[in-house]
Amino acid sequence: MAAAFMEILPILKALRRNKVGAMLIGLQIAFTLAIVCNCLSMIQQYRDDAGRPSGIDEADIFTFSNQWVGKPPDLPARTNADLALIRSVPGVVDAQVTNSFPLRGGGMGWGLSVKPEQRIPTSPTTIYFVDDHGLATYGLKLAAGRWFTASEIGEHGMHDMTFPASVIVSDYLARKLYPSRNALGQVVYWAPTAASRIVGIVERAQTPWAAYGHTEDEQSTFMPYHFVNSGVYYVVRARPGQLNAVMTAVQTRLYALSRQRVIDQVQSFAETRNLAYFRPRSTAVLLGGLCLLLLAITLFGTIGLTMYWVGQRRRQIGMRRALGARRLDVLRYFHTENLLIAGSGALLGIALGLGANLWLVSHLELPRMSIAFVLAAAAVVLAVSQVAVFWPALRAASVSPAAAISAL
Amino acid sequence: MLGYYFELAIRSLKANVVLTLLMIAAVGVGIGASMTMLTTLRAMSGDPIADKSARLFVPQIDVWGPDSRRQDPSDQLPDQLTYRDATALMRAHRAVRQTAMYSMGMDVDPGTGRPFQASGRATYADFFTLFEVPFRAGAPWSAKDDEGRANVVVLGAKLAERVFPGSNALGRTVNLDGREYRVVGVLQPWNPVPKFYDTTSGGFANTEDFYVPFTNAVERQSESFGNQNCSALPPAGWDGLLASDCIWLQFWVELPTAAAVRDYRAFLHNYAAEQRSSGRFHWPPRVELHDVSDWMAQQRVVPEQVRVNTLIGLGFLVVCLINAVGLMLAKFGSRASELGVRRALGGSSTDIFLQCVVETAVIGLVGGILGTGLTALGLAIDRALLAPGAKNVQLDTLTSIDGGMLAIILAVAVASTVGVGVFPAWRASRLQPAWQLKAQ
Repeated sequence: MAAAFMEILPILKALRRNKVGAMLIGLQIAFTLAIVCNCLSMIQQYRDDAGRPSGIDEADIFTFSNQWVGKPPDLPARTNADLALIRSVPGVVDAQVTNSFPLRGGGMGWGLSVKPEQRIPTSPTTIYFVDDHGLATYGLKLAAGRWFTASEIGEHGMHDMTFPASVIVSDYLARKLYPSRNALGQVVYWAPTAASRIVGIVERAQTPWAAYGHTEDEQSTFMPYHFVNSGVYYVVRARPGQLNAVMTAVQTRLYALSRQRVIDQVQSFAETRNLAYFRPRSTAVLLGGLCLLLLAITLFGTIGLTMYWVGQRRRQIGMRRALGARRLDVLRYFHTENLLIAGSGALLGIALGLGANLWLVSHLELPRMSIAFVLAAAAVVLAVSQVAVFWPALRAASVSPAAAISAL
Repeated sequence: MLGYYFELAIRSLKANVVLTLLMIAAVGVGIGASMTMLTTLRAMSGDPIADKSARLFVPQIDVWGPDSRRQDPSDQLPDQLTYRDATALMRAHRAVRQTAMYSMGMDVDPGTGRPFQASGRATYADFFTLFEVPFRAGAPWSAKDDEGRANVVVLGAKLAERVFPGSNALGRTVNLDGREYRVVGVLQPWNPVPKFYDTTSGGFANTEDFYVPFTNAVERQSESFGNQNCSALPPAGWDGLLASDCIWLQFWVELPTAAAVRDYRAFLHNYAAEQRSSGRFHWPPRVELHDVSDWMAQQRVVPEQVRVNTLIGLGFLVVCLINAVGLMLAKFGSRASELGVRRALGGSSTDIFLQCVVETAVIGLVGGILGTGLTALGLAIDRALLAPGAKNVQLDTLTSIDGGMLAIILAVAVASTVGVGVFPAWRASRLQPAWQLKAQ
């Protein structure tokens, strides 16, 4: 260690003769580090976002849209017949008719207040129409209270402006509405004259637009309604492992019941999730690939420059060898030199990276970068740089003293 | 002379293949990465209707009052119109052309095979002239059709081909939601990027399958597939929606001159003032008028992430160029003795400089060609990654290199390489010939 330290002064002296080369390596390390740590932070943000659970039994659920052709008048009866049929298909656990579901993209939103005459609502929320089979269909977990009973289920058309006596909310929404009290049993207001009582709280239920941002992702309210509309969504939960078979069987049976419909957007929940995150995922993959390429470029660039450097100093190396330096000493010389250059570059890179992150935070809905990413990126970049210098240093160490002297 | 330098450059580049390949790879990868990102940004921020974008305007009216914006620091007016206001503006007919519209969907019964759902737009006849929509056959429906709520339809290219494959759809009828519509026009493929006329469900979605008169769709109570926002509980039913202060309609006007813009703004202001004096608005009138580029900026059509990606791509290019400079220094440095001999034999430092610059330009050109290939590869990867959302993004336009982009790529490659090559070339040209000769 002491020996390594003693070497620093001569190394610095030697570096003064190659200022430009050293600066270029340092700058490259700095930029690489600044880019890599910010990319890592953005990729991690995507992973965190996409990794949030929706709150439903994702593995066994599929959904599809059902559009009745020509606005038939007996929609409620048709929906009931459809639901009874789907629930009777072998392999089906349960089924729902609804207006929307988590991660679908579009849905209904409303402002929810805790007092009747509130100018600004306490929280926005999405609204899901469910019936007494909702808990079993979605595989939601009840945290408090109860689920709806069959007698509570009403009908709700697209432009009906009615609100139910009872609602069930997500735990997140419950806490937002009543931060300091138990929300169960409390009354909430949709409008000055429209109130509902919270009869149940589910652990988690994402909104249809949860993939679009980091806020408003779990403010969900369930209403005991059958959605009466010419276009509705059906949500079906299959027994584990039977999803694909059930997906085909349900469509065939429904068409057999009535051909006066268009079934569309048939997709497993896995596909829904895939679709919801297609944009951030593509960004994350591109940025990840970019980082790997960047490290490769830095690796090869450093190798190239150090090779040249070593070539230039063949004679000095030979001289040192002749004067008694071991191969290990020569190796150590180049590694220490690289560490000095890359280390200074890394310090600059950390400052650059943090600065860039501040800018990103103010322009994107991104949280501050954790210092762990900066340190991780610094470690990776320094390691790459040390790896790069190894081969040229080995070549330098193999310079025979005799060759160097005879060249004089 | 340059031809000779070019020959020298090739010879020199061949002499140290590893360094040459490293330099070309650095330039190529840097160009590829940055241009992949830039292509998407360029496509997204392009002017979708260049010859007219300064004459098309979106009116905004403050229907909800300042209280509704209390929590919105940007203080923006509602970005759509209510049915009440949109129809009032249509009736007033104060612009050269104008249309209210919304996105919807209908079931298409092709006669044979299962019915399927198609996306549509309820709009006025002016839509097609307003936005220079290209027709393959037929023409827009008439103003009379608008008034008479006629069952007429203009088919997009894709739907026309699906329902009437290989035959002329014009004059035939197509069954939409159980009613027969007469086909008065068939469009050529038309996909402006961004989809500026309605960005409420994403700025890069595909255009609609068909277009029907607004009046016809409203009469049939065809639900909007777009965004609908209400500040208060609307009255029940479809008529309740029409009477409500819910915003759900896009509105565009064409105003050919600055005077027309001034007049229309005054008209809008008067309209809002009347709404106040009639007791509907309880706040001072506030209206705005935005042309296409204004509107795209206000709607934040280009995702911020795309800009950030481009910046990262450019940062990447900087690293690659720094890398290339280092390698060039090494390259010219290793040829110091050769350059020294040339200097001693009478070559001026300008000659050496030019020779080195030509050499870097060759690297820039080859790197640029490699970079173009890598950009194409990068875009192909991007395209595959975005494919699940193909309905919401116009993959073709966002992930392909047009002539303009190709020129940009090659120009950036050569300019940046030559630009950074100047320094190593200058250093090489300043070598003292005597030193180099002595060192031999």
